[in-house]
Amino acid sequence: MNLYEALRMAANGLLGNRTRSALTMLGILIGVSAVILLVAVGNGASVQINNQVQSLGANVIYVYPSNARGSGGVSQGFGTGQSLTQADVDALNSKQQDPDVLAAIPIAQSGGQITYGNQNYFAPTTGTTPDFPQVRNYQLAEGSFFSADDVTARHRVVVLGQTVVDNLFGTTDPIGQTIKISRQSFRVIGVFAQKGGTGLGSQDNVVVAPITAVWAYLTGARGKVISQIVASASSAGTVTQAETEITTILLERHQISDPAQADFQLQSQQDILNQATSISTALTLVLGAIAGISLVVGGIGIMNIMLVTVTERTREIGIRKAIGARRRDILMQFLIEAMVLSGLGGALGIAVGALLALEAPKISALATSGFPTPVVSPTSVVLAFCVSVAIGLFFGIYPANRAARLHPIEALRYE
Amino acid sequence: MITLEGVTKTYRMGRIEVPALQGIDLHVGRGEFVAIMGASGSGKSTLMNILGCLDVPTTGRYILDDTDVAMLGDDQLARIRNKKIGFVFQSYNLIPRTTALHNVEMPLIYAGEGGRTARAREALGAVGLADRVNHQPTELSGGQQQRAAIARALVTNPAILLADEPTGNLDTSSSLEIMRLLSRLNAEQSRTIVLITHELDIARFASRVVELRDGRIVRDDTNAK
Ligand SMILES: Nc1ncnc2c1ncn2[C@@H]1O[C@H](COP(=O)(O)OP(=O)(O)O)[C@@H](O)[C@H]1O
Ligand SMILES: [Mg+2]
Repeated sequence: MNLYEALRMAANGLLGNRTRSALTMLGILIGVSAVILLVAVGNGASVQINNQVQSLGANVIYVYPSNARGSGGVSQGFGTGQSLTQADVDALNSKQQDPDVLAAIPIAQSGGQITYGNQNYFAPTTGTTPDFPQVRNYQLAEGSFFSADDVTARHRVVVLGQTVVDNLFGTTDPIGQTIKISRQSFRVIGVFAQKGGTGLGSQDNVVVAPITAVWAYLTGARGKVISQIVASASSAGTVTQAETEITTILLERHQISDPAQADFQLQSQQDILNQATSISTALTLVLGAIAGISLVVGGIGIMNIMLVTVTERTREIGIRKAIGARRRDILMQFLIEAMVLSGLGGALGIAVGALLALEAPKISALATSGFPTPVVSPTSVVLAFCVSVAIGLFFGIYPANRAARLHPIEALRYE
Repeated sequence: MITLEGVTKTYRMGRIEVPALQGIDLHVGRGEFVAIMGASGSGKSTLMNILGCLDVPTTGRYILDDTDVAMLGDDQLARIRNKKIGFVFQSYNLIPRTTALHNVEMPLIYAGEGGRTARAREALGAVGLADRVNHQPTELSGGQQQRAAIARALVTNPAILLADEPTGNLDTSSSLEIMRLLSRLNAEQSRTIVLITHELDIARFASRVVELRDGRIVRDDTNAK
């Protein structure tokens, strides 16, 4: 018996009871479309997170103070120490020992109420130096960023992110306006272009000022604290070298001989990306697994229906055996029937799932809520199809084997 | 062609043993047309199942075309049924929702033989169903279904045609039609036919009548024509 005949027999069997075949297929269809859709959503989330991490800046390396030396190895987490200084930043910017570091900027953070007229808003204020837009990958939409002179002279000027502008100014042009941060007046000299993204804390909810001004007017008693240094490597390929150079310079400057005792920690954009990727991969897997359960339920549906079919067609099986069908002919017939059911259900499920994934972004409620645009990967399509055929094989084998083992006389006598 | 030597068949139902055949010796030569008669429960169907290789004897030997069938496994029996035996059942037993042509092709499909469609058409033509090849069983009369079943039984050119009460479900005129067809196949093509019936009128078409009682042969007569 060749494949053509086997498929013809399967088609005949399935068409014999169209409603039942269609309903059984629906079980697999729903399972597969759920897998395709949810995995696409997971992939979409990966892409979204990836883009957000990329938008943090090009080839960025973060340097955080850590307390490894002071507290006997018990790390108190990022940003708790005070080991980083402006001199460290200057050393990193000198380029003699670190040719792969393009620029390094200090960051001082301050929280605080921001007011303009009678508008109130809360946003963190970042004190830094003029290389900030370059290192952190910000574009200016209006005005300009502050200069080295502004830093030297502790000028009270700020550049605002779009979210802050929207919340404080509405339609008013913010350039040249004076806002108050913790009751200190600052003049708005620039506005950043929108970066988008919602996942990792909005990149548009920022207020940036010269670090000297932040120290002088906002951080007060805490003094000239640098909560982190952000450096950018000259290219994606030199991030690792740049990290080594930074570590060497800082260890030398802090007079630490054992790198394990370092009072700072490095984290590259790649590290963050890896973390984010592993999280989103896990998310995709969880979503896929949940959808996979419905696929298993569909498979059980196939097994159920195939058992009914085998019982109903006992007599037919007897006839086939009487005219010369061997065990494996009968086995093949019912296995192929189950696999056609699941494979066809799977193919339709892929179509439906992909369609839903493509249409999802057109639902405005989803689009505005920052829901990731689903990405249907070819791998998931091929895999879903193979898995659905395999499900037919797996759940079809028991009923088919039952059919194949029927005794011809008993099968013929079956009413 | 067919030789049974001391064939017994005992069915076991739990603790009880039911002896359906109790020592059958029978020889059927090529081209014979044998009718097997007997009361209900005398063992006719059991004998037919053994002759048809659907079942194996409990003891004794069954030699079909020089092959000792008692020694064979399931798949080998299937092969013998496919190549050497053609079945005609009382209830036609065509595969539902399948055209007459495809039904007749079926044994050839399992045999893996070529030229199926042409051979199936030819077999259907030989039983007078050339114009019904694309009809499904439900679209055929009882007599036509039985003729399609005969075509299916003959398409592999088997050594022996086994018919278990082939006219049991048919009216008189259709019965006569089927019996004339079987007689003709026997006379013109020297088909070996073993026919089970409990009707004398039907048995009369055969050249030899074997009567069973309680699993034993009690009469074996050659019919005068
Ligand atoms: N599968 C079976 N299990 C148990 N007993 C059986 C079975 N088949 C037939 N028999 C018994 O064997 C005897 C012969 O049956 P059967 O060959 O069908 O007779 P017939 O066809 O002449 O009516 C009967 O007593 C019947 O009850
Ligand atoms: Mg009987």
